[in-house]
Amino acid sequence: MASLTAGTGVWVYAICADIDDGRLSGVVGVDREPVRAVRAAGLTAVVGSVPLTEFGEEGLPRNLNDLARLESIARAHHRVVEIVADHGPAVPTRLATVYQDTDRIAGMLARRHDDFIAALGRVARRREWGVKVYGDRPEPATAVTPPLGASPGSPGAGTAYLRDRRQQLADRDVSHRTALAAAEAVHADLSGHAVAARRHRPQDPQLRGESRWMVLNGAYLVDDDIAEAFAAAVAACADRYRDVTIESTGPWPPYSFADIEDDADLTQGPP
Amino acid sequence: MTAPLPKSGADAATWDRVALVDLLDRVLTTGVVISGEVTLSIADVDLVYVSVHALVSSVRAGGPGPVPLRGARP
Repeated sequence: MASLTAGTGVWVYAICADIDDGRLSGVVGVDREPVRAVRAAGLTAVVGSVPLTEFGEEGLPRNLNDLARLESIARAHHRVVEIVADHGPAVPTRLATVYQDTDRIAGMLARRHDDFIAALGRVARRREWGVKVYGDRPEPATAVTPPLGASPGSPGAGTAYLRDRRQQLADRDVSHRTALAAAEAVHADLSGHAVAARRHRPQDPQLRGESRWMVLNGAYLVDDDIAEAFAAAVAACADRYRDVTIESTGPWPPYSFADIEDDADLTQGPP
Repeated sequence: MTAPLPKSGADAATWDRVALVDLLDRVLTTGVVISGEVTLSIADVDLVYVSVHALVSSVRAGGPGPVPLRGARP
């Protein structure tokens, strides 16, 4: 590990069955390096050589703590993943998967061959859609704003403030329960249109520059054939649950459904 | 062959910022984690999010000067 601070490493973008070299011609990665295919065991890793001073153990944390660099790295990684996924079934690799050399990547492809084949089969002709549901109010932990115009010294002001505050909290509670119930219903409904579904951790409202409370951050793996039906289901949910706001993103490469650990567990577990 | 990009309609600046959060959700917390020969990966995604949070807040506030980050290393 100590050697991973200098020299050249190999950044892995995605695993696929195969890809024409022509499709990767002119495509650049996180360091604007040309990306290329590493083939082994009937599988292909799409990779790029990167300097370990920038993408090694010391450089990477520094770069990921620089918002502009993080964004540039994330977008570059995503761009390559999209190109591979547009070409055919692809398993995206988690950001910042770096190997010492391509021999080690070839070894990994051979060793995890069956897992990758299974994962590629799961995502073939399917794409990921994101659906987020927001309550209209800030998060429950947000402080209640004291009422405007209530003069602390005036008689009855304290009582009125407490009464208003109690009512505010009660309203908020109902609003939050409504939003949570809508999130459950939307997730259940959309899961019915998907071959797999996952709930990600709700995003921090401050990260998005807004106060709305995210109650669902869902990801759905949907057959390409029924993508329109899925979009219609999202629209129907938006019509039905008027107390919340529903937004969708996608299609994405199947980031949220690329897990091969389950397969590994299955093969290692009892029959 | 090319899939439609999720860009239609939205204001470009807003879309970019929002999409970055959505993108980080995916590239940082999903995607296949290959064990064994992996020599480097993000050990603590939460820590990156903490940093991103601080950076985004700082950018929004428009405050000059260095951003106080929780250190990635002791």
